[in-house]
Amino acid sequence: MAQMNMIQALNSAMDVMMARDPSVVVMGEDVGYFGGVFRVTDGLQRKYGEHRVLDSPISEGGIVATAIGMAVNGLKPVAEIQFADYIYPAVDQIASELARIRYRSAGDFSSAVVVRAPCGGGIRGGQTHSQSPEAIFTHICGIKVVMPSNPYDAKGLLISAIEDEDPVIFFEPKRIYNGPFDGDPNKPAVPWSTHAKGNVPEGHYKVPIGKCDIVRPGEQVTIVTYGTMVYVCEAAAKKLNIDAEIIDVRTMSPLDIDPICSSVKKTGRCVVAHEATRFSGFGAELSASIQEECFWYLEAPIQRVAGWDTPYPHAFEWEYFPGQARVALALRAAMGQE
Amino acid sequence: MPRLHVPQPPTRPGDKPDFSYVELSPAGAIHKPDVNARVKDMEECATGLIRVLDDKHEAVGQWNPRLEAEDLQVGLRHMVHTRVFDDRMQKTQRQGKISFYMRSYGEEAVSVAQTMALQPGDMLFPSYRQQGAYLVRGRPIVDLMCQLLSNTRDMCKGRQLPVMYHWNAGRIFSISGNLTTQFPQAVGWAMAAAIRNEDHIAATWIGEGASAEADFHHGIIFAAVHQAPVIMNIVNNQWAISTFQGTAGGEQRSFAARGPGYGIAGIRVDGNDFLAVHAVTQWAAQRARTGGGPTLIELVTYRASAHSTSDDPSRYRPKDDYEHWPLGDPIDRLKNHLIARGEWSEKQHKDLQAELDAQVAAAWKEAVSFGALNEGPRLDRLLMFEDVYKDFPENLRRQREQLDAEIKLNAELGLKGAE
Repeated sequence: MAQMNMIQALNSAMDVMMARDPSVVVMGEDVGYFGGVFRVTDGLQRKYGEHRVLDSPISEGGIVATAIGMAVNGLKPVAEIQFADYIYPAVDQIASELARIRYRSAGDFSSAVVVRAPCGGGIRGGQTHSQSPEAIFTHICGIKVVMPSNPYDAKGLLISAIEDEDPVIFFEPKRIYNGPFDGDPNKPAVPWSTHAKGNVPEGHYKVPIGKCDIVRPGEQVTIVTYGTMVYVCEAAAKKLNIDAEIIDVRTMSPLDIDPICSSVKKTGRCVVAHEATRFSGFGAELSASIQEECFWYLEAPIQRVAGWDTPYPHAFEWEYFPGQARVALALRAAMGQE
Repeated sequence: MPRLHVPQPPTRPGDKPDFSYVELSPAGAIHKPDVNARVKDMEECATGLIRVLDDKHEAVGQWNPRLEAEDLQVGLRHMVHTRVFDDRMQKTQRQGKISFYMRSYGEEAVSVAQTMALQPGDMLFPSYRQQGAYLVRGRPIVDLMCQLLSNTRDMCKGRQLPVMYHWNAGRIFSISGNLTTQFPQAVGWAMAAAIRNEDHIAATWIGEGASAEADFHHGIIFAAVHQAPVIMNIVNNQWAISTFQGTAGGEQRSFAARGPGYGIAGIRVDGNDFLAVHAVTQWAAQRARTGGGPTLIELVTYRASAHSTSDDPSRYRPKDDYEHWPLGDPIDRLKNHLIARGEWSEKQHKDLQAELDAQVAAAWKEAVSFGALNEGPRLDRLLMFEDVYKDFPENLRRQREQLDAEIKLNAELGLKGAE
């Protein structure tokens, strides 16, 4: 075991996989010589060479498209999109190609690319460096969509993604790269070394894709969330003295709905929370799926916590960010404490 | 005054065909550079028109590939086969046996000569009008027909529109249906071949209209940056459905000239000249295989047929356009060359046609025995839920069960629906 932050854990996942499997290659903007703008690929090119860690042209569509071709030719590309906000030029290649090559060729071809993309706000990134576009990708069948919330899961899930035979879009909540964040920007930063999930094995291990994680058992309400919001929700429930069961979804697609529904049937109350905008957000899918299964167990309407339905504004970051107060309001509503 | 230019084709329905806009070079006029030539030393190849067959049906100039008569006869056979197959499938669509078809009439030399000039291990990323590649690589046409019929032997298991074939064992990538997406994918495949120290190269095809897509730029910039061993083909057949090539940017400069613009070799070739197409492809393949990087080839040809069975070109271009196309017909030209060489005859040609006609008819009979879109045995509908992922996810298991319930309810409610 070693102390790692999320950046080190993700780096370690790629390092472990590149050492084990010569077909694994890393590509993306600034990922090679420089090691990535967030340092996630630091040292990999020095260790594995310029043919396995490629600095790509600034061309997200080209990065994903060439990664698809590489995968068809037997490589295992891990492509970095520098910010999730830049992923849109690649969406045709992801939605029309990556996600459907297995289906349209009846399994004759497949293309198991991993696309990594740092996402989320709280870093003063403004509207082009703060987005959480995961719902767009959960609406595409044929790809898996993952978002870890801690170093242990980040490494284990990235190794699973690289070993997966299907394409995986791997979102990394960049606000918690260096430590868990409870939504209060005025508090001093907390490093991952203070958190149990900052203990990460140095070698190969996997965290399964398609499995959620109950990060805190509780009896009064179920909070279904992922990414940075795991910590915001934890803090808000604690402030309100509510015994919340907190579930980290971890994989948005395919969704591990059964443990979520079991929890809601137990508590009878549910809040779903994410940073992304509310309308047609992933919370809508969670809320609908939970309601279909748990309607007769619910004591109150399911509450949704999300970013406002606006672009992410630079100057009003903390009014935009779904902080503890927004979670607390939803918790109170779910508890019938209006 | 600033002005907005709106490109127009030279002629519209009812007009006398006019192809004076097509810049031609005489056969044999363009110098053949060394395969390792610097891009800046061979720009003439991108702006002129490389042709081998002259008006007397003779092969002339440095680009003459000096192919054996036997090889040319094989090429002729594949081209005629492609045309006979296309014509027959067009008819079956008109009879309502298949939903849709796309012929390659007039462009047969492109896929046939180019695939023949490549090695079996080279990977092809075609668009939807390169069916000739399948015939050259030996895929039984009955397999293609079963795909067109979406029947029980459909390689796509009923998931793809007709002509969107795939063939991993034959090294031909799945046709998307979205345009140009395969262009940068081929570059990635070629990069991987270089990373893996393999000898194989990739080749990919798009139409000139599709070269306006961002994926064209994505592909060519990666190819140029990494000098990927790939041949990138633009089949300039003048028309993208009703959109004239000028609207894709072909008015001011040749499509091939975009190659040198990106720092890669560009070649503009007479796409209806089997020998010239073969020669430039061989040149580009050798360049790629010896580390010289990618080549962009523009194949100047004419879409003699409608875009697809859903299109009616008489609404946007003169009906007799093709008869006036200055580069002729690829089958006629190779046939006449072989006859001029004393290696072919009209009688042999007629016999070949009759033989292939019979072959295609027999294959069709076999194909329909495995079912058609609306008659005979059908694919298992539950196949629609497979291959979305490698493993079967829970949500699809539930939806599959729901479909069964719907089918039962259809019967109960007296609805026809799916059987």
